[in-house]
Amino acid sequence: MLQIVNRKDRFILLKKNLASFWGIYRRNTMGIAGLVILVCFALMALIGPYFVTYTSAAEGIEKVLQPPSAEHWLGTDDLGRDVFAGVVIGSRISLVVGLAATVISMVIGAVIGIVSGYYGKTLDALLMRLTDIFLVIPWLPLMLVMAALLGPSLGNIILVIGITGWAGTARIIRSQTLSIKERPYVERARAIGSGDLHIMLHHILPNVFPLIFANTILVAAVAILSETTLSFLGMGDPTSISWGMMLHFAFEMGAVAFGAWWWLIPPGICVVLVVLGFTFIGYALDEVLNPKLRRR
Amino acid sequence: MALLEVNDLTTYYKLKEGTVKACEGVSLHVDKGEALGLVGESASGKTTVALSLMKLIPENASIIGGSIKLDGKELVTATEEEMQKIRWKEISIIFQGAMNALNPVHTVGDQIAEVLKIHEKLTDKEARQRTRDLFEKVEIDPDRVREYPHEFSGGMRQRAMIAMAIACNPKLVIGDEPTTALDVMVQAQVLQLLHHLRQEIDMGLILITHDLSVVGETCDKVAVMYAGRIVELGPTETVFTRPAHPYTRALLAAFPDIEGERTMASSIPGNPPNLLYPPPGCRFHERCSEVIPVCREEQPPTITINDQHYASCHLLSRRVKS
Repeated sequence: MLQIVNRKDRFILLKKNLASFWGIYRRNTMGIAGLVILVCFALMALIGPYFVTYTSAAEGIEKVLQPPSAEHWLGTDDLGRDVFAGVVIGSRISLVVGLAATVISMVIGAVIGIVSGYYGKTLDALLMRLTDIFLVIPWLPLMLVMAALLGPSLGNIILVIGITGWAGTARIIRSQTLSIKERPYVERARAIGSGDLHIMLHHILPNVFPLIFANTILVAAVAILSETTLSFLGMGDPTSISWGMMLHFAFEMGAVAFGAWWWLIPPGICVVLVVLGFTFIGYALDEVLNPKLRRR
Repeated sequence: MALLEVNDLTTYYKLKEGTVKACEGVSLHVDKGEALGLVGESASGKTTVALSLMKLIPENASIIGGSIKLDGKELVTATEEEMQKIRWKEISIIFQGAMNALNPVHTVGDQIAEVLKIHEKLTDKEARQRTRDLFEKVEIDPDRVREYPHEFSGGMRQRAMIAMAIACNPKLVIGDEPTTALDVMVQAQVLQLLHHLRQEIDMGLILITHDLSVVGETCDKVAVMYAGRIVELGPTETVFTRPAHPYTRALLAAFPDIEGERTMASSIPGNPPNLLYPPPGCRFHERCSEVIPVCREEQPPTITINDQHYASCHLLSRRVKS
């Protein structure tokens, strides 16, 4: 779209819209709780790793598998590494993998949904059968097979999670596209001589964007959980520490047998909290964006 | 040479139940700077004609035959890519219901600039200036280019649609009921604006409406459609004062006369025929008060009454013969 409105005006407009959005959102307790949780974790992932050291203890056996103390807030693992430091460093990988995979999922889902809904007919039938296949195949075995085939690396994990999680989004975007492409302004756009690509980018995409946005939040929660699952099952990259990887090592090295609860529980709680944070925000957005659900 | 020459245009819709003969054997022509009114009841095929001219008919419809010549160029056989260039640059349309023809997520200015960007390859700055000029032309405050459609009133939205229609100085503009759903004052403004612009840029205009007074005010010629066919075509004044077809007469009688006595406007008994199964012969014979036996069997020929005035009716051909 052209910049008829100059940059300053656009900024003022955006500020106005955001302000009114925030005005409704801030009254939603659940949404605020979710936001607080995610902001804490985001800060932890951004600046936390610069404040902690996560190295094996050189001194000896007495530093290994220590319960929480003033020196090690969450105790130490089998190599004498600080569990708290692990949680902080792991947050970065967990969040980055989750968010990157979400971006891939949303791009695939949006493109397939819009193209399928817009063109219809044979292309729609083909793309939707493909979507159905991805919807019905149990995603965990599929991810495991793909991860095993591609080999353990961070990039592959992102890819695997990304290309298994788009099907639901594609379905939702397609149905909305079906409704929007029949609106008179799309017919007008065709009448002024716009091509298909132009119509999809400038007229359909902006109108399905709220849906894409709301879906992103929920897909992100699943993606982070998937990363943890894959890493826990040993499909992750062993050189990059994530929460799933910590759980994997803890389980492998027999944290349960040692009764080292401080090693197992913190990464688990972190995963649960992040997923909870995303889910809270998802529910809150639903309430804010859908006037029918809005409480007065 | 006529700007637009339509000959024997036939457009059918394919439905599960059968074929809807929405537009059959339509012929008309429009000269440069001339305004043609296309009138008829709802579902008489007016919009189908308009969409066929731009080749914007729905997927289940197709142009079966005939020719559409715009400035000597044949449009029926033109490819979609060729049509994309012709649309708006040479022939544009003011859509029925401007409320919905604007995308709610873009500013009105952006949507008009979109046209200029596609067809004239203008830079952002030029397009911005042209959009402001267009707003001035249609008497909207140019500063409102940055507003969204919901911030416009109905009349302003319609004027914005007109601004969009004339953005590339097209040779022909089709107004598909541009004044329906507007109050009388705004309607008058919009019509005046169209008339003024027509003289200014010398464009041809096809005005589709079911409001005869609008046609009387703005159009040089009028074509009366009934059940997918043009039953009468001629200069507005002639058709209004000396209608040749019984349907035109009935249509005019259904319109209250401001100077006449206070009588109930007469309506035409019956309903328009179902175009899935159009009646044989003249399509109007079921409701015609002057029906003769041949009307039920034979399609009436088009009779030339005098050089610009045509009508299709058996009564006329009988009169010509005798």
